[in-house]
Amino acid sequence: MDADVLKGGFADAPIEAAHAFRAAMTAIARPGKIETLKGAVPPAPMSVAAGTLVLTLCDPDTPVFLAGEWDCQPVRDWIAFHVGAPIVSAAEAMFAIGDWAGLAPHTQFAIGTPEYPDRSATLIVECDALKADGAVLRGPGIKDTASMGLPEVDAFQMNAMLFPLGLDFFFTSGDQVSALPRTTKVEAA
Amino acid sequence: MSDYNFAYLDEQTKRMIRRAILKGLAIPGYQVPFASREMPMPYGWGTGGVQVSAATLTPDDTFKVIDQGADDTTNAVSIRKFFEKTAGVATTEETSAASVIQTRHRIPEDELREDQILVYQVPIPEPLRFLEPSEVETRKMHSLEEYGLMHVKLYEDIAKHGAIATSYAYPVKVEGRYVMDPSPIPKFDNPKMEMAGIQLFGAGREQRIYALPPYCQVVSLDFDDFPFEASKADHACDMCGATDSYLDEVIMDDAGNRMFVCSDTDYCASRRKAGHVGAQGTPFEEDAA
Repeated sequence: MDADVLKGGFADAPIEAAHAFRAAMTAIARPGKIETLKGAVPPAPMSVAAGTLVLTLCDPDTPVFLAGEWDCQPVRDWIAFHVGAPIVSAAEAMFAIGDWAGLAPHTQFAIGTPEYPDRSATLIVECDALKADGAVLRGPGIKDTASMGLPEVDAFQMNAMLFPLGLDFFFTSGDQVSALPRTTKVEAA
Repeated sequence: MSDYNFAYLDEQTKRMIRRAILKGLAIPGYQVPFASREMPMPYGWGTGGVQVSAATLTPDDTFKVIDQGADDTTNAVSIRKFFEKTAGVATTEETSAASVIQTRHRIPEDELREDQILVYQVPIPEPLRFLEPSEVETRKMHSLEEYGLMHVKLYEDIAKHGAIATSYAYPVKVEGRYVMDPSPIPKFDNPKMEMAGIQLFGAGREQRIYALPPYCQVVSLDFDDFPFEASKADHACDMCGATDSYLDEVIMDDAGNRMFVCSDTDYCASRRKAGHVGAQGTPFEEDAA
């Protein structure tokens, strides 16, 4: 084990986690809005925002799936040390982290059950950049319409049709985060 | 600083509550189960709301607590002191100055802004509970969107009383999907639930969290021929003269004299400060009270 994995956690966990949660909550309550999320310094390729989300929301109770390049020893060790979350297969995961291509097929994740739609996965999608313009969003949390750049549109339209089941998405890049819950209706611009 | 962890709860508990809040916001109106903790106050005193507030507060927040609209009742004062001590947050009685507002059974009269969060204390989160005692059954009813029983209940109100007699905890349908208990707020407050701020609901004893994102569609259930009506006492506030606020009726003596006053104490006080005087009011003085 490399000594570097011991670094990069919260310096003041209760306070930093509280600020990080407020940013994450604002993001999911207002789809398309870009928030700043920092505090964690995870090993590459994980972004600061994704690492901060992991420290804020994950613990030994939350199975995590790592996709593609994100499934590497430094990331596994960092999560094991700071969070203690079990690394599992996609179907068992409550949280999944990776880039959009690595997370495919997106039907492999838990979407909840009709009686417990909350038992569904949250995907943390790492992006090169978060763009405020792109697909048109409508739904709860949005006054009229909002817009955000998305890796594709079809997958999110399919996801919204599953409501109240479905997946919830965080998009991360650097220290920025935005979110798209299952309630948001997406249209290509 | 006190010897408590920030905002009393341990970090793992807060993570669990935070995950429930996020799922609640993603599925508006759906009751997310959570592992409610024992709090240093009895059930019924807002343990659900307190846990949600504890998971939501940051040290930069300004916190306000109201109990039936009032900032100065026992429940509100003790919860405010609890977070002053355990989280070191600033507190206020002014609605507009607060960033997080915990409430028992009212929505403030002032319209909430986008940067404000309203946390409700909820006694019974399940709107169908008094119609169907089994959790297994009510959960199935929610999954099948089987809400006929609720309409039967409202219909029986009309058959018995000539109108929908339900005056508080009036059921709402969220985004055309889940029927939700808005907690025992007066039905006067129901239309305010389509607001700019985030609304979070915590039921401690019943171990449920649910939420409404901003601008979420919230429709009070009704019938075409008996539409929903946000009613209040047909009177003006006797202290500040407001005609648009929800009123409490206060019995003044044994002779049947009574007075109507705003239930939202901050709203009433700020109106009196601005010079409004009601029928039985006296002009506002800074050193009064």
